[in-house]
Amino acid sequence: MIPSSFDYVSPKSLKEAVGLLESKGEGAKIIAGGQSLIPLMKLRLASPSVLIDLGRIPGLNYLREEAGALRIGAMTRMSDVAASEMLRKKYPIIQDAAKVIADPLIRNLGTMGGNVSHGDPTNDMPAVMLALGADFFALGPSGERTIGVRDFFLDAFSVALEHNEILTEIRVPTTPPRSGGSYLKIEQKVADFATAGVAVQITLSKVGQCETVGIGLTAVGPKAIEAKDAEDSLVGVRPTDTASVRKAAQLAADASDPASDIRGTADYKRSLVKLLVTRGVKVAYARSQGRASS
Amino acid sequence: MAQKSHVSMTVNGTKKEGDVEPRILLVHFLRENLGLTGTHVACDTSNCGACTVLLDGRAVKSCTMFAVQAAGRDIMTVEGLANKDGLHPIQEAFLAKHGLQCGFCTPGMIMSIYALLENNPHPTEPEIREGISGNICRCTGYAKIIESVQLASSEGGRSRRSKRKAR
Repeated sequence: MIPSSFDYVSPKSLKEAVGLLESKGEGAKIIAGGQSLIPLMKLRLASPSVLIDLGRIPGLNYLREEAGALRIGAMTRMSDVAASEMLRKKYPIIQDAAKVIADPLIRNLGTMGGNVSHGDPTNDMPAVMLALGADFFALGPSGERTIGVRDFFLDAFSVALEHNEILTEIRVPTTPPRSGGSYLKIEQKVADFATAGVAVQITLSKVGQCETVGIGLTAVGPKAIEAKDAEDSLVGVRPTDTASVRKAAQLAADASDPASDIRGTADYKRSLVKLLVTRGVKVAYARSQGRASS
Repeated sequence: MAQKSHVSMTVNGTKKEGDVEPRILLVHFLRENLGLTGTHVACDTSNCGACTVLLDGRAVKSCTMFAVQAAGRDIMTVEGLANKDGLHPIQEAFLAKHGLQCGFCTPGMIMSIYALLENNPHPTEPEIREGISGNICRCTGYAKIIESVQLASSEGGRSRRSKRKAR
C-alpha cells in the first residue's frame, strides 16, 4: 500500500520546523517515529500534503532528572524508555507501559512525543501521564508554553496542540519518597492495542496512608480518562484496605465510558478496569515499599 | 506527483543511492531500486515483521518507514549476513534446526534475532519469545525458531562463522 503523494522536509532545528508548519499550512503534518502515522497514510486515512520530519533535529532524545522533574525529550524512542535503568528504579509505571506498547520493532522507532500527541485513546502513555500529573511543553511561533496533562487530551485524536505547535518535552514531577506506580494492560495478543489499561500512581504518608493518588484509564473512552472520584476516594486510605480499594475500583469503572467492539463488550471492559485498578494498587503499594513487585 | 528526492544510504556496508518519491517506503526502495528482494513484504500493515531490517543496528519494520527518512543512515538486510566464508551462524542454525517451513517470514525473523543476539548473546527462552514478538510465523508454531536461536546462541552466534559456502 502506497500513501498518496506528499512533499517531505527535514528541518535541522525546532524553530525551522515551526516555521515550516506555519508556511506550509493546514496540510502539513509533523512526523516523529511514524509508527502510527505511516500506517494511517498507507490506508489513506491520513493524506498530509507535506511531512515535516523531526528525525534530523538534534537534542530531542533524552531522559534526565533535573530541577525536581523527570524530563523526557519528545523524540525519545520507546525502546530506550523500556531499557532505562533509571526509569526502572524510579518511574517503573512509565517503563511498564513502554514495555507493552506494540512490539520491539515498533518500539525502536515509536517515540514518547508521538504516543501522547497522536491522541489515540488506545495509546498507553496518556493514562500514565494523567496518573503522574505530567506537563507538556510545546513550541510555537510566539515561543514555548506549558500544557498541563488534564488540559492536553481533548477528544479522540485531538490534543491541545495548535497546528503551528510542536510538542518538545514531557515533564513529570519527581516522585517523592514512599511512592509507587504501575501500568497494567489487557491485550488480546502481543502488540495489540489495549482492551483496557490502568495506570496507578500513589504516594504514601509517613503513617502509610495514600497522600496523593493518580489513576488513568486507557482504551475505555474517546480519550484517556482520569478517574478523579476513584483517586479522591483513596486519599487518606491505606492501600491495604481492600474494601476501600474495591470501592475505588468500582468508581474507576464508573468513570470509564467504553464501547463494545471486537475486543469485548462495554460491560467486560468495565469489569477489566475494576480488576486492573485493584491489581494496580497492589503493585504500586509494593513498589512504594521498595519491593519489586510485578 | 511530488518531486523526487535524491537519497543516499549505506546498505550492507556499501553506499547506495537513488531518486525516490517521498512516499516510497524503505522496503520498496530496497527491493525495487536496489534489487534486494530478501526483505519481504507480507502484511504491509506493520504487524508481521517480514520486512524487518536493521537501521543503525536496531531492528525496524521497513514497511513503516519512508526511504527518505533513511537517507544518511546505515541499513543492514538479510543479504548482509552471509559473507565469502559462508552463511551466518543464525542462518546455519535455522538450517540445522528446521527453523522455517515456507520461509516467507525467515529474513525478517533472522534480522530480529540478529539484533536480539547483538544485545543479549545468551537470551533465555522468554527473552527470545519477547525478542521475536514483532515477527509473525504462520508455519512453525515458533518452537523450531526458538531452538534455532538457542543453537545460534550456544555457538556464539555473534561472531563465529562457519565454513559452509554461501548459496
